[in-house]
Amino acid sequence: MSRLIALLAVCLATPALAGTTAIVGGKVHTVGPQGTIEKGTVLIVDGRIAAVGDDVAVPAGAETIDASGKIVTPGLFSPFSQLGLIEVSSSAGPTDGSQRGSQFTAGFDVADAYNKHSTLIAINRIEGVTRAVIAPTPGFPYGNEPAGHVIAGLGAIVNLGDTDVIDKRSAAMAVVLGEAGSNLAGGTRTAAWLTLRNALDEALDYRENRGDFERGMRREYVHSMADLEALQGVINGNVPIIAGVSRAADIEVFIDLVNEYSLKAIIRGGAEAWMLADELAAAGIAVIVSPTANLPGSFDSLNARFGGATILIDAGVKVAISDGSMQRTHRASNITQEAGNAVAHGLPWDDALHAITLAPAEIYGVADSTGSLEVGKAADVVIWPGDPLELTNFPEQVFIDGDKIPMVSRQTLLRDRYLQTDRGPPAYRK
Amino acid sequence: MKKSVAVLAACGVLAAGCEKDAEDTGPAPFESRYQALPSGTTLITGATVLTGTGERLDDADILIVDGKISAVGKGLAAAGADVVDASGKWVTPGIIDVHSHLGVYPSPGTASHSDGNEMTAPVTAEVWAEHSVWPQDPGFTTALAGGVTSMQILPGSANLIGGRGVTLKNVPGRNVMDMKFPGAPHGLKMACGENPKRVYGSQGRAPATRMGNVAGYRAAWIEAAAYRDKLEAAAKNPGTEPPTRDLRLETLVGVLEGEIIVHNHCYRGDEMSIMLEIAKEFGYKIGTFHHAVEAYKIGDLLAENDTCAAMWADWWGFKMEAYDGIRENIALVDRAGACAVVHSDSAIGIQRLNQEAAKVIGSAALAGMDISPEHAIRWITSNAAKSLGVLDQTGTLEEEKMADVVIWSGNPFSVYTRAERVYVDGALAYELGNDELNPVTDFSLGTAAATGGAQ
Repeated sequence: MSRLIALLAVCLATPALAGTTAIVGGKVHTVGPQGTIEKGTVLIVDGRIAAVGDDVAVPAGAETIDASGKIVTPGLFSPFSQLGLIEVSSSAGPTDGSQRGSQFTAGFDVADAYNKHSTLIAINRIEGVTRAVIAPTPGFPYGNEPAGHVIAGLGAIVNLGDTDVIDKRSAAMAVVLGEAGSNLAGGTRTAAWLTLRNALDEALDYRENRGDFERGMRREYVHSMADLEALQGVINGNVPIIAGVSRAADIEVFIDLVNEYSLKAIIRGGAEAWMLADELAAAGIAVIVSPTANLPGSFDSLNARFGGATILIDAGVKVAISDGSMQRTHRASNITQEAGNAVAHGLPWDDALHAITLAPAEIYGVADSTGSLEVGKAADVVIWPGDPLELTNFPEQVFIDGDKIPMVSRQTLLRDRYLQTDRGPPAYRK
Repeated sequence: MKKSVAVLAACGVLAAGCEKDAEDTGPAPFESRYQALPSGTTLITGATVLTGTGERLDDADILIVDGKISAVGKGLAAAGADVVDASGKWVTPGIIDVHSHLGVYPSPGTASHSDGNEMTAPVTAEVWAEHSVWPQDPGFTTALAGGVTSMQILPGSANLIGGRGVTLKNVPGRNVMDMKFPGAPHGLKMACGENPKRVYGSQGRAPATRMGNVAGYRAAWIEAAAYRDKLEAAAKNPGTEPPTRDLRLETLVGVLEGEIIVHNHCYRGDEMSIMLEIAKEFGYKIGTFHHAVEAYKIGDLLAENDTCAAMWADWWGFKMEAYDGIRENIALVDRAGACAVVHSDSAIGIQRLNQEAAKVIGSAALAGMDISPEHAIRWITSNAAKSLGVLDQTGTLEEEKMADVVIWSGNPFSVYTRAERVYVDGALAYELGNDELNPVTDFSLGTAAATGGAQ
């Protein structure tokens, strides 16, 4: 019976109605100015944090959740994923995170493909992920498929709730440089840089000559109007360019390019970014790293190492932590393991939690509304039985925009079915 | 009986090799030339010890003499021993990964380094992974920093039968023979499901379907059985000409004779069940199913067949046959009484098999299964050793076994815990922060790894 209810909860995705909820008595890591409150209350009203503190009065009629002995944190923020764009990665129908060929570049926008009913959403949110950047990656040729483009397209910020799931469109422009970029651009890094520069130059020219272009009185561009329109946010400094780049030499070129065009920029991967920590700090370029990526997967990452995140943060670079493995979407929640390993290699614990909650929100410009437990922000709250970075701890309850999320996924249903062994064939166990 | 037939058969085929053995002129081609690093007498004191046998000893000592575990218990003493105070620390057997591609898919992963899949025919039982192993893969040293003392290097999964796997001790070597685990049986990599049918079906050749896969395995075993019969006939009747030596069939006969252990990449429960039928049909045993994302659906079958399942803690969904992955897979296989193993299949994951096991402990607890550290450690030590056929030599902290030992800074199932000292055959092979001692591959010279950054 309870299983039936759980199943319905998944199918209909009907969380408890948002109203007033008080999470009382837990150790609250606000990741905001209030720091850590040893025994605090988080008050949620109409989907937002209404109060946080150790002397918050709980209004009559509020649903009160006793979190004594537990840990309360903001929801986790996956800084780069393809949640809702992928169900099964290979040989199982289209995935919406990358296009074959390059008929669209900057104008390719993954937001329209986001599927809030994907099984990955429930699986990851019950493990604490409440917000995510979803972004395209270029299609790398498989067999006879055409290659993608250095400019993969636009990413968005989503919440893993059930309603109003797209928080922000055009949250970032994803590009791929370095070795991967050169593979797409014709086998050299130079071609990849030229491809990117040409797109930026065309976007600048188009900005100044839109009217002439529309009247057919301007030279032809390589990029379509849709792509040039999408690039306007980038050249105006409103949309950060997020570049997959790892080699220190490439990062130096990237820093110059960012300065030359006055771009807002984020580096993803960044295996050798620690070698340029001061320069990146000076340029205001944020870095998304995977702390466990310590091997030279290619000659772009010869100096991959542990402790890079610590060096970058110490230098004043804004750092968000990602999972570098192919499971970064299916197990987006593994950013806690990445953060925990960064701590094991010297990163202060508070910085690690910051790097998987508030830092991504800051990097993508949505920290005014999410990322920490501060009054007025979206009520994304996770109650943990203990230290959220310890791998033996899974969330006990997750809230997204104040909604109490059913702690059920397709995986927990499978688990519950096979936990039983004495109730006949599996298909009859519900 | 079976063993003696195999020896006869081998001698029948390898007459020269047999003579060589008789004259004792040294190891056979490709045999282990592993020599333990120099070691003395070491006494580790006051630790929380997970023995790998399912026991936990608090405030216990471990005495290592001549590269072997000499004693485990309280209040041990030994004259002249190097005493390591391990109070507050935890000690376990060396970690063992049954599924690695270090050396055959090394870092950097350039095309010229792609030596793990002989994707030229669906049955390539004649190839041996050890002939692809590049000992300078920096992944060996980072795995050592994660407490890994032994591992099996397997061919990839493109083929129905991909070739022989090799078990190594995680020590630097000039060649693979220097690293080979002495006396470890070979493995045979087989693969079910999507990979072989995709690789060959896309070329317009068999197999293109799962039924094509099964026909392919069966055809290979029929050939192998015929080859074995010819070898036996020649051994029994001196006048009968033995068949021409065939490396491909020699490997398969090794499986039929029980000398080579089958390591079968297989995700789905229904497919694993079919593979068990094929094994019955031809009279061989499947030692371990690898990846086994749906092993939780057939735990009872695995227990019945004494077949291990080597699994990830949480990988799922990267292909259709991995869609039903659940976090409790390992715990449910374990609960069914089958041999559960946590494996990596990853140069990154191999560095933290203890953390992968920790995930399972946590998710199992949520599902009402309470698993102790002393029990869970078996998934990455003794059960792994059993899977590789080396449990008599390593995998537990028992007297007379190889002194493959890890001293951890704390509970190995905490994300903050690091391997502080790693002993291989009693020799200190790695020490946290000791750049002077720790190995650096030729490839890593001059990089961040050379100054300990990668560890």
